[in-house]
Parts: sequence; structure tokens; C-alpha cells
Amino acid sequence: MEFNRRSLFKLAGVAGGTALLPDKAEAATHDAGGDDAILIDLSRCVGCRTCEEACAEAHGLPDPDWSDDFSYESARPTTETQWTAVNRYETSKGEVFVKRQCMHCLEPACSTACLTRALYKTEEGPVVWREPKCMGCRFCMISCPFDMPKFEFESAVPKIQKCKMCVERLAEGQLPACVENCPNEALSFGTRSEMLRLAHERIIQSPDDYVDHIYGEHEAGGTSVLYISPVPFEELGFRTDLDAEAYPELTRDFLTAVPLVLVAWPAMMLALRQAGEREEVLAGEPVPELAREEA
Amino acid sequence: MTTRSDAILERPAGGLLPFLKRELRPKGPVLTPFNVITAALMLGAAAILTYRFIFGLATVTNLSQEFPWGLWKGFNVMTGVAFAGGAYVLVFMVYILRLEKYHAIVRVTVLNGFLAYVFYAGALLLDLGRPWKVINPIIGNDFGLTSVLFLVAWHFMLYMVAQLLEFSPAVAEWLGWRRIHKVLTGLTIGTVILGVTLSTLHQSALGALFMMAKPKIHPLWYSEFIPVLFFISSIFAGLSLVIFEGSITFKVFQHRVGEDLKRKHDDILVGLARVAGGAMFVYLFVELIKIVHGQKWVYMHGGWAAWYALEIVGCVALPMVLLITGSRRRDLTMIRTGAAITLVGVVLNRLNIAIIAFKWYAPVHYVPTWMEFIVAGAVISAELWVFRWVINRMPVLGPKPDWADEAEPAAVGEDGAAPVAAGS
Repeated sequence: MEFNRRSLFKLAGVAGGTALLPDKAEAATHDAGGDDAILIDLSRCVGCRTCEEACAEAHGLPDPDWSDDFSYESARPTTETQWTAVNRYETSKGEVFVKRQCMHCLEPACSTACLTRALYKTEEGPVVWREPKCMGCRFCMISCPFDMPKFEFESAVPKIQKCKMCVERLAEGQLPACVENCPNEALSFGTRSEMLRLAHERIIQSPDDYVDHIYGEHEAGGTSVLYISPVPFEELGFRTDLDAEAYPELTRDFLTAVPLVLVAWPAMMLALRQAGEREEVLAGEPVPELAREEA
Repeated sequence: MTTRSDAILERPAGGLLPFLKRELRPKGPVLTPFNVITAALMLGAAAILTYRFIFGLATVTNLSQEFPWGLWKGFNVMTGVAFAGGAYVLVFMVYILRLEKYHAIVRVTVLNGFLAYVFYAGALLLDLGRPWKVINPIIGNDFGLTSVLFLVAWHFMLYMVAQLLEFSPAVAEWLGWRRIHKVLTGLTIGTVILGVTLSTLHQSALGALFMMAKPKIHPLWYSEFIPVLFFISSIFAGLSLVIFEGSITFKVFQHRVGEDLKRKHDDILVGLARVAGGAMFVYLFVELIKIVHGQKWVYMHGGWAAWYALEIVGCVALPMVLLITGSRRRDLTMIRTGAAITLVGVVLNRLNIAIIAFKWYAPVHYVPTWMEFIVAGAVISAELWVFRWVINRMPVLGPKPDWADEAEPAAVGEDGAAPVAAGS
């Protein structure tokens, strides 16, 4: 089934662009897989924001804004200079802290939307941005259901910025900076199936401490960042109205129709034009100039 | 019969370069209110854009992480391209359905469409964060084949070429290039078929761009029918623009209008109004299916429902009645009013999907800065300047030079009008 869908995409894309393009779509087939994953256990997060600091340090970003210190007066979204942010929520079970960052979807809407494949799901799992390809159209931002790609609106040479799951550190066999530095083991790193197993184990072992829901197992077709939580995710500002189907599916039908239109429309129009000509000839009228204009 | 316009159509005297130099000079008074206002807009935009390219988009726009697309994409690109839809609808009617009546306005409509694409798709460059990379999807710095925007990029480019070819015989006539004219005329049908196909796809693709933004667009606007609705609305948006703008062009450039078009103009408007009205009926029907099929009745309360009703009832249903009634009674005022309201409705629809009903839940909503409005206005101004320049020089509204008709067999109208006169 996977194979069929991608072949259709490929066909649609090639025909949609131009039938003469060489088939360079092979690499696009990486967009589903993804093995590396992070599990975030919100019952363990104490809101120390060490992950924010470690992230900034690992990527040479400015130190996170500590002005409201640990008071968490206002919800802070991730920004182009802060790729992960911890916020506090008052819930039915007291305060819960939530670390947010790119969800690294299994089939990302951002990379599907990207017309130069600047945003790209690596085989290993992280979704990364590749500077030389990006033209700054920001279609990824329109498409991402989690609003994670951030754009440097203040720059003349803007970049798309977001968490990249420390893809360089992973290549060197290290853990992502946030995972490595979490003092309370709220973050775990491993293969996605390991992380899912771990999450299920924790929920089964202490059913009173968790809601029976792994956020990211099915949301948006599944993500490489997974959450378990002591309270329902609605209380924590998570979007719980997202499709269980991957977002790229929403444009699949349209792209499938493209080659059909490309073939059918010209044929139908030629036939229509011919039909008109024939009628006039049969009626014994002179062929109008138009017909000869093309000759 | 030699008119002023015929004289211009002679083979350029004294060589091509002096001729071009002569033609570049403005014709008519320079200090008109229109010129002053549009020039001010363009100068203002030049300053704003200089600033924008040095210091980034945030300095002149209200774009944000929450609202990455604003007026330039939502209005200039989305709406501009819908308005340019008249070109593909008309060439379809004339060259495919052979509705000869409309032949007289094909050139001006194609010119309009071509310029709209050049300037409104061109406006994309102002909005792109890294416009020097715009060539990437074309040269294959990785083809994003799964991207709807990839299709749009290619189609914009190919369609601009197709439209240029459709219009090119007029350029050849202006320059007196007879042999090239013959070749270009021979390409017309091919480019028409290519152009209509490309238009069908990218007009709907502009809607499909928003398919993945499902969780962000108000359910009264989001549906799987967006691509279909975009396509159908581009038909009546384009035709309404032809009616509305055609009426103005007809008055402003009266001295350039040929006898043939003068005779048929009212008839053409009446016919177009009927076609536009029909397309609007289909559109309303699909809207109804969208509401019923998507079980969207539950959202029919409160401010957003009223806003939706204003768009659908006020700016589609009402002008549809005006256009159809107007064409029955041959009431041009009613037709023009209907066309104008339709245009407002299409602007509303595109802005609703791209900006207004986009993230309707956001506590702080995007509102364009005055500078964004100036640039948007300047893009339109620049297009009108080029449009006027071409109309005043090339045989667009009026008769072709005699030699251009030599290639066309059979009788030609005695005023040297377009060959349509003979066919009809």
C-alpha cells in the first residue's frame, strides 16, 4: 500500500510539473519511516527548564529568556531562537509542565508541502531544514499542524528554524541535548517502538498516574516525539482535534487527479474543437478562418 | 479607411531601434490624477521594499510566526490569479467552443491575464524570504514532487509562456515581423489547449494549498471541495473582471477600439454575464453540498456564520441574480453592478481562506500594515501602466494591420477588422 501511494505521488508530481522531468523522486520515499524517537513523560517534568538551556547551548542560540524565571506567567511558544519551551499548566491534578518542540512527524506536512524539499524527514527520524534549498515561501508554516517551523522575519537572509532532534549529535552517537541534560529523566530516547513500549509499560504499571493516551502515537499519522501525561491532553494546550491520518493524505486525492486532468483535458478539448468543425462542414458552410489559422 | 491606430501599425519606419525609442515615449498627457496617484504608490513601494530587502519582512509587514502569509500572498497572488482566470475561459470559448462573438475581446483579455500573472506571481518574489532561491524548484535543486506548491510554481511559469505565445501575434504585428507572425499564429491552438489545462490545474491547486491547513481554517471555509470551489470561482471571477474592466477599458481607450468590437461590445457583456451567472449557480450548489456533506450546520451561528453568509449570499447569490437578470433584460448597469459585487466576493473568499478565517481562534489576528497596502496597490499600478502602454501601441482592441489578415483567407471586414467579422 505504501508503495502504491508513493508511486502515485511520484507520477502526479512528475506529470504535474512537467512530463519531461527526470525521475528524481527516490529520496522522497524516506518520508515515512523514522526510527529515532523521544518520549516525554509529563508526570516527571518539574519545569526546571534545563532542556531549554541545553538546547540553546548545543545550537549556539541565545540564552532562553529567564525574565519571568519560573513564574510561567505567560505561555511561551517556541521561537526562531528558542527551539524548545517549557510551560506550566494549572490542571485538575495540580500544575503540570509541558516541554514543546517539533514533533518530527512520521509523514510530515511541512516536508510534503516543501516544493524544494528543504524540509526533509531523514531516514533516522529527525525532520531537518536544509538551507541551500529553501526559498522562504513559508508554506511549511501554513501546513504544519503543530505550527513548529519558525521563520526569521527580522532577517534579510531568513532561515526556517526549529528543533532538529540534534541530528548532528545523533550522528556522533550522542543523545539529543535536552534528553541528555534532563535531571529528572522526564525525557527518554530510543527507537520509536521502544519508546512506545516504554510508554505503555508506564501507563500499565501506574494507571492512576497517567491517562491512557500516548500523544503522538496516532496524532497526525504518528510522530517521533511521544508524550504521556497525568492529565488529559486537552488541559495542557495540546491539539486533540488533529486527524489520525497523516496530513499529507489530504492533498493526495488532488495530486492523483493531476495527471488525469493533464491527459484528459487536452484530448477533450481537441475533440470539442473537432466536433464544432465537423458540424459546420456538414452544414455546408465554409470553414471559418479559425480552422485555417492553425494550419 | 485610415485611422490613427492604423497609422501606428505600419512597418516600423527607420529601423527597429529608433522605432522602439519612439514607442517608449508616453502618449497622452503625463500629469493626470491617475498617473500622479499610481506613481506615488510605486515610489512609496520602492522605498518600502528597499527597506524590506535590507532589514527583513518584519520591518514593513505584520507577518508573524502565527500568520506567515499576509496581504501580498492572500490578495495579490491568490485573488490576482483568480481575476486573471478570464483569459483561459475566453480562449476556451473562442478557440475550443468556437463562439466567434467573443473573438474581439480575446486579445485584451489574454494581455490582461498575462500581465496579471507577471505582476501578481511576481509579487510572490517580494514575499519570499529567500527570493534568490526561487529558481530551485525549476532547476531541480530537489523537486518537491509531493508539494502542491511545486505544481503551482511550474504551472505559473508554463502558463506565462503559453499566454505570452497566445498574445505574441499582436507583438509581431506591432513590430511588423511578418514571418514570425505566421509561425506564432500557428501556435495559437496548441497554446490555448495547454493554457486551459494548466489553468484548470493551478487555479484549483491554489485552493489545494490549504488542504493541509485543515486544523487552522474555520470549518465553514475548510472542506475537501476547496480546489473545486477555487476552480469554479476562477471562472466567474475572471469573467466578472472582463466585464468590469472591459467596460472601463472600452471608455478609456475608446480611440483604440476597432469598429468590430464597438459593434459587439454590449452583446459580449450580456453573453459573459450569462456564463458567469451560470458558473455562480454551480458554485452555490457545490457550497451547499459542502455544508450538507460536511455537516456544517452546527457552525451556522454567531459572527463567523454571518460573515460566511455575507460572502455567499451577499457576494455570490445576489450578484448571480443581478448578472442573470441583467443579461435577460440587456441591462448593462445591472450587469456591471453584479460583476463589481462578484469581484468583492472573490476577494472576500480568497482573503477568508488565506487570512481572515485562517486561525480564526488566534487571540491576536493579523492585520496588514499600511506599508503592505501600499505595496499591494503599487503592484496593481505597475500592471496598469504596462497594460496601458501595450494597449496604446499594439493592435489589441482594434484592427490588425492588413498584412496580418493576408494570412487569413476569405473576406475581411472592410475596416480591416479582425477576421471574426467574416466568420459570423
